[in-house]
Amino acid sequence: MNFSLSLRGGSAAITLLLAITIAPGVSAETLVVYSARNEQLVKPIFEAYTRETGVDIDFATGDAAMLIERLTAEGRNTPADLLMTVDAGELWNAAERGLLRPVESATLERNIPAYLRDPGNRWFGFSMRARTIAYSTQRVAPTELSTYEALAGPEWKGRLCLRTSKKVYNQSLVATMIAAHGEAKTEQVVRGWVENLATDVFANDTQLLEGIAAGQCDVGIVNSYYYGRILKQRPDFPVKLFWANQGAGGVHVNISGAGVVAHSRKVAAATRFLEWLSTGTAQQHFAAVNMEFPANPAAPIDPLVKSWGDFEPSLINVAEAGRLQPAAVRLMDRAGYR
Amino acid sequence: MTGPPSRYAAAITVALLSVPALLPMLSAAAAWLSPATEVWQHQLQHVLPRVAVNTALLLALVGIATAILGTTLAWLVAAHEFPGRGFFSWALLLPLAVPGYVLAVVFAGALDYAGPLQGWLREQLGQGLRLPAIRSLGGAAVVLTLCLYPYVYMLARVAFETAGSRGLEVAQSLGLGRAAAFRKAVLPAARPAIAAGIALVCMETLADFGVVAALNVDTFTTAIYRAWFGMFSISAALQMAAVLALLALGGTWLERMLRGDRGFASDRAGRLDLPRQRLEGASAIAATATALAVLSAAFILPMIQLLHWSVQHAATDLDSRYWAFAGRSVVVAASGALVVVAAALALGYAVRGSTSRWLRGLGRVATIGYAIPGTVLAVGLFAPVSGFNNWLQQQLDSVLGTSAPQLFLQGTLLTMFIAYLARFLAVGSGPVESGLARIHRNLDQAAEILGVRGAARLSRVHLPLLRGSLLAAGVLVFVDLMKELPITLMTRPFGFETLALRVFEMTAEGEWTRAALPSVMIVAVGILPVVLLARRVTHVA
Repeated sequence: MNFSLSLRGGSAAITLLLAITIAPGVSAETLVVYSARNEQLVKPIFEAYTRETGVDIDFATGDAAMLIERLTAEGRNTPADLLMTVDAGELWNAAERGLLRPVESATLERNIPAYLRDPGNRWFGFSMRARTIAYSTQRVAPTELSTYEALAGPEWKGRLCLRTSKKVYNQSLVATMIAAHGEAKTEQVVRGWVENLATDVFANDTQLLEGIAAGQCDVGIVNSYYYGRILKQRPDFPVKLFWANQGAGGVHVNISGAGVVAHSRKVAAATRFLEWLSTGTAQQHFAAVNMEFPANPAAPIDPLVKSWGDFEPSLINVAEAGRLQPAAVRLMDRAGYR
Repeated sequence: MTGPPSRYAAAITVALLSVPALLPMLSAAAAWLSPATEVWQHQLQHVLPRVAVNTALLLALVGIATAILGTTLAWLVAAHEFPGRGFFSWALLLPLAVPGYVLAVVFAGALDYAGPLQGWLREQLGQGLRLPAIRSLGGAAVVLTLCLYPYVYMLARVAFETAGSRGLEVAQSLGLGRAAAFRKAVLPAARPAIAAGIALVCMETLADFGVVAALNVDTFTTAIYRAWFGMFSISAALQMAAVLALLALGGTWLERMLRGDRGFASDRAGRLDLPRQRLEGASAIAATATALAVLSAAFILPMIQLLHWSVQHAATDLDSRYWAFAGRSVVVAASGALVVVAAALALGYAVRGSTSRWLRGLGRVATIGYAIPGTVLAVGLFAPVSGFNNWLQQQLDSVLGTSAPQLFLQGTLLTMFIAYLARFLAVGSGPVESGLARIHRNLDQAAEILGVRGAARLSRVHLPLLRGSLLAAGVLVFVDLMKELPITLMTRPFGFETLALRVFEMTAEGEWTRAALPSVMIVAVGILPVVLLARRVTHVA
């Protein structure tokens, strides 16, 4: 091989590599979002924002835990301005690790109820995800149902279906139960659930709902939007939702939310985006696209979701779900809830 | 034969190639500096005993099943004539193109209690009917076997077709029957290739998260994710991953020890057509039925289900962007495969020319990334690369001040390819190494005497002998890259989308039926190269 030729080739390659390593999206009018909420749920919202304000939004999706490690590794050189997740626990974790910064905004404080945001204002919930009881309309009368805790009772032996404890939604549920009742009582309940299982735990809520419909079990605990998705395809699906713990602490809710990245260079622009997200139409769309509930109580709820009736949510701050999540995971391991 | 300069060259090559795999190992080692004692205590008491048993069982089941299935099918196709043989010879590779997690979801959907099969059986036979659960260790073993057996099948077939005829010939001249000849001569000669295939299967099984998560089996890998996602302890996750990698290293070392230094090399160049035995009557039907049954379970029936789901969502989801997704998937997978195979070849030669234990050991380490769960590997590699990027940025800032450009090394194709190398070098190395092992040293010496050495020896003597192995390596890496998710997810530039990433977007919120469309396209796009290359593997050697 000709030496000078390879030298020239080498320097061309280096130039090319440098060219592709320059950070994208650093123009003043662009925000960068790391989003654990998936593409089809966030893209329409981001596009709406660009149409209204002219501010472009670049985003990278991924698992929240992965995005948090990414933020940590990138440190002060991160291109990200905002972190968005589908679970309060991850936001709590990111805030704990100093990856999010407090935001002073009267608009956000007015629009988002206190229990759906960080007490330190480092993150805010923008939609609520309700996790409640689903039951077979053929084998269960709603009068038999009351609370999550009651599903540990002997009358449900061999009739309960649960999703795996690996899913964060169940970890959050158990974490808020710890916040409400303490570990000992919660462990008793979880052991009761495990006793009552009709079959091994499921990998997802959809499988679980299908299990109830097929007669594998009579009741289960699911996020309401999974039920909504099936209902849209099959209006005669023989399963209904029961709002748990009414008058007894309220339905367990988690959030999909976001916060401003600590090392963002566009704090003001990022805050404006969050404020926009907390208002009217944006709120309605953000929730409706996945049949969730708007965090802003003034925003209208999707009609199908509305038809399942009003409920009283648990007012325990969702940050507790993050703080107590490791304890919840350990508790579920001890109780044999896989 | 190898003078000092080439010894240094070999050492430098191996050292360089082991860097990508060493980076995440370093992250893991750094994590061990502050052990997550509390998490470990909990894991040891409540989690690890159970998952260790599950992982060992799963490894044993999948390893044995793929060994039997892959070798049997390879021998059937390589040495026999039966109806459909030509079709099956490449079609049996197709399950490679289906992502394991997708196959698992299809199996769970079709065979679970609420699925159509059990529902129909209950209607016919009564409500009390219970079949063995698909969401179980056994179910995961079946699914993993169906998607991983092609590794063994492909490598074994190449070995049978390149080295088998010689063994068969000799054994039969000694009066052995065909079956005995296979057992005593052909199989031993193909052992390095078969072992390489099984090693890949075992590493992939160790690192698998998708299949076991979909079928709800707790393994070492799920325990790693539980510590990370559930207990917010990335350090515990990295520490556990380091243990996993060490176990895998131990496994490959043990396999080497057992194999010993027996040379299974052929001293003949070129392809020798393996004489194929024509099967008649019942045995011909049995052969066709076996191949068809495997292909149906692993590919045809799952594809019908996926196509059915795809059609339901095509109207809303299928748009012109899919051309770009598919194009990008192919370009990334093809160029990634080239890089990985070239690296595997360099590694193979460097290690082959060496007697140093250290060098061989380091060569093993370079391929260990395949046994580390993808997301953990991606994070473990991302951290040091970002660290380097930030250091470089600092230097740049101090020279250029505020006019310095913002570097973004960690989110570029360069980083993506380094990570691919860390993860998939094993896949390229397996076939290349077993191919090199079949080239007898006498051949090198003969070439040396004729004055053919260095690059000329590679291109004129070895490459013709290695082509089958190199193509096999290329196909395996290509389809693996088509399906790859965590590394691409973590290191892609903004707006960079592939088919596998579409699958991720759909499944992130459990929309499995919507994930069918990009899954089908992964298979469709992956099939053509697999078919073309698989046919060439059969026609060259």
